[in-house]
Amino acid sequence: MAKTESTFKNMVLSLTMISLVASALLGIVYQMTKAPIELSVLNKKLAAIKQVVPEFTNNPNDDMYRLPTGEGDSLDIYPAKKDGNIVGYAVNTYSKKGFSGNINLMAGFKSDGTIINITVLEQKETPGLGTKMTEPAFKNQFNDKQPAEFRMKVKKDGGSVDAITAATISSRAFCDAIQRAYNTLQKGGLK
Amino acid sequence: MNQFKNFTKGFFKENPILVLVLGTCPTLATSSSSLNGMGMGIATTFVLIGSNVVISLLSDVIPDKVRIPAFVVIIASFVTIVDLLMQAYVPGLYEKLGIFIPLIVVNCIVLGRAEAFACKNSVFSSFIDGAGMGLGFTMALGILGAFRELIGSGSIFGHKFIQGDGILVFIDGILVFILAPGAFWALGYLIALINRLKRT
Repeated sequence: MAKTESTFKNMVLSLTMISLVASALLGIVYQMTKAPIELSVLNKKLAAIKQVVPEFTNNPNDDMYRLPTGEGDSLDIYPAKKDGNIVGYAVNTYSKKGFSGNINLMAGFKSDGTIINITVLEQKETPGLGTKMTEPAFKNQFNDKQPAEFRMKVKKDGGSVDAITAATISSRAFCDAIQRAYNTLQKGGLK
Repeated sequence: MNQFKNFTKGFFKENPILVLVLGTCPTLATSSSSLNGMGMGIATTFVLIGSNVVISLLSDVIPDKVRIPAFVVIIASFVTIVDLLMQAYVPGLYEKLGIFIPLIVVNCIVLGRAEAFACKNSVFSSFIDGAGMGLGFTMALGILGAFRELIGSGSIFGHKFIQGDGILVFIDGILVFILAPGAFWALGYLIALINRLKRT
């Protein structure tokens, strides 16, 4: 086949055809993958909730409600119930103070506000430094702490938290996210 | 053309990072650990093979003057398809590599191979070229990532091989190698080493 000449008509036609085929393909792939993607996102969320609250029998995703943070947005609260009684709240909280991008956490609280467990959903911190926030050595220091007494700041700032070596900013962001979750829960009234 | 030579040229003689010095931006960004580097390399290889094949198929149809926009549309579509498929069927891997996948669009290796090779050669040669170049890229990223991870955080593939609370300073690594300046140093010395090897 001879090479297509670069006439105006040919250029418009070929680019239009390529774009049409590409967008049709993308549309098909998007439709095909939509359901599996939603399912995997949901499963990931449920797995995170399971890690941070005691055993529950309800579906926290269906019982989810939002509480305003007082900063112009809201956090998703997932109440965990066993036989109708609240056993804990999983709060999807965030911080914008990360070293590189937002940090997204799932934090579990008891009804009195004590932290049960925390798991990191999303972070883009420096590998080998800020990423240590996902390790038990750092994040487990929050477990069973009551944020009303446990000062949610790194020691350098006069708080009670042992920061990650060489990742003070990441540690501060982590505290910021937990504090936000706690404040929001308190303001919204723990039920 | 000798297909074996065509396949292996990407490993050393025309290695996209170390010799052609293409795609240094994603290289520097994703080589902070060996796993990230290799994951990025493998995802790029898929896109490279796909776009090379399609572009060499369409090379006669696309008029010369609009070939670059046409290539970019094709490459971007491939990247988006890989992105969606990974998100749907290998969520675990996607979680690790997710942020790097869209970066492949702006990786000049893909466009570079389309322009320099795929639009002038047969479909099969282009397929081989894509595979070879992709593997070469993966290797270079893997080596660079392993080196930086080893020196920067004292581990390899995420496993610390010395456990201990730091009798020696370097057990926890030299921080700067994980950060951006370390990427430039490591890449610079690696290229210098390859140049030295090529001269002999």
